[in-house]
Amino acid sequence: MTATESAARERLTSALRDHDQDIADRWVRLQIEQEGLGAGIGEDELRGEADALLAALLAGLESGLPVSRVVTSHAELRGTITELSMRRARAGVTPTATSLAVLALKEVLLEVLQRATRDAEELFEAAVLINRLLDAAGVLSFDAYVSSREEIISRQSRQLLEMSTPVVRLWRHVLAVPLIGTLDTTRTQVVMESLLQAIQADEAKVAIIDITGVAAVDTSVAQHLMQTVAAVRLMGADCVISGIRPPIAQTIAQLGVDLSEILTRATLADALTEAVKITGQPALPTGDAVRR
Amino acid sequence: MNGQKPASVPILRLGDVLVTGLLDELDDKSAMAFLDELTERIAADAATGVLIDISRLEIIDSFVARTLSELTTTARLLGARVIVAGMRPPVAITLVELGLRLDGVETALNAEQGMAALGWFRTTVSGEGPHRDDAP
Repeated sequence: MTATESAARERLTSALRDHDQDIADRWVRLQIEQEGLGAGIGEDELRGEADALLAALLAGLESGLPVSRVVTSHAELRGTITELSMRRARAGVTPTATSLAVLALKEVLLEVLQRATRDAEELFEAAVLINRLLDAAGVLSFDAYVSSREEIISRQSRQLLEMSTPVVRLWRHVLAVPLIGTLDTTRTQVVMESLLQAIQADEAKVAIIDITGVAAVDTSVAQHLMQTVAAVRLMGADCVISGIRPPIAQTIAQLGVDLSEILTRATLADALTEAVKITGQPALPTGDAVRR
Repeated sequence: MNGQKPASVPILRLGDVLVTGLLDELDDKSAMAFLDELTERIAADAATGVLIDISRLEIIDSFVARTLSELTTTARLLGARVIVAGMRPPVAITLVELGLRLDGVETALNAEQGMAALGWFRTTVSGEGPHRDDAP
């Protein structure tokens, strides 16, 4: 560390210590002027963030770590920046606004230093120092933003997966799975597993797969459907596919997918009638059968 | 039988139906021995139906799958209908993923439904008379 660099560091540290209120005020104002912050974060919250970050930055500078590693190695500073961007990611602030907010601090610090010193060389050294420090902080905040967004996405897709595959009991020995959305390998496996388990638990004889809510059918979706039907048959139950809409029927025909081995019906109601017939129960059941 | 070590699974005769099962630790050699014994029993007992319970099988490899397919064909030639009962969900999923569809093999959800499918129940499945679902 050169003498000028340590002098610049010293100056920045004292500026942070003496003018922390000014810096925080100015930074909060800059952020509010910025666009894209949205309504997710209020002024009080910004102020709290600013105080925490400035304190952490001061602690980081005083820790004696080399400038290039202060942001990544100082636990408190790193934690504060990560938390700041994660909170913004959750509040729906854009990634640009999040990194710009961190970089806006650069401007504020430079202004403060400019007021503190007239020496050009010292000012330049300090500017370099601030740049290195806050560029690293900007990168880190972007990183944290992206990873917390990814976490949100993966959690949502997990929830979607759980939500979208209910197995319902329609009749005695008759189960149905209404499929909604797109059918990929993961979804097929989840559907297959829950359906087969329900068949075993309920001693079902017929399983209806209703694809009314399936957006589109291509060869892989058809393949997945055939797999599910084959697995249901291996368990010793029959399978009916219902809810094939006219455009989808056309697509299946055009693709040349052979579904002839599979019993298909246009509507869930037709499929249920067929299923009840297969189970050998009376077609018009008494209230007794419905209750059970 | 033929001086062989008999297969460890018993083969029971109920009327003209043979009832047996497969255990998890089935190796290729004992599978073959089981197949031989069962084939001879079908012929000797003039069975018209065979029920194989596989609810204890945790996994079915391609060999066992082929054995089951062969057994079905053999039994059909001898005039008996084979029903494989009680396949577990994970086993079914594995088989489908391996592309082993057990073509020609009839399946049933459990031994009871398998026997019913072989006509070995005092009432018909269509629900006339005392239905088995009426039991608690």
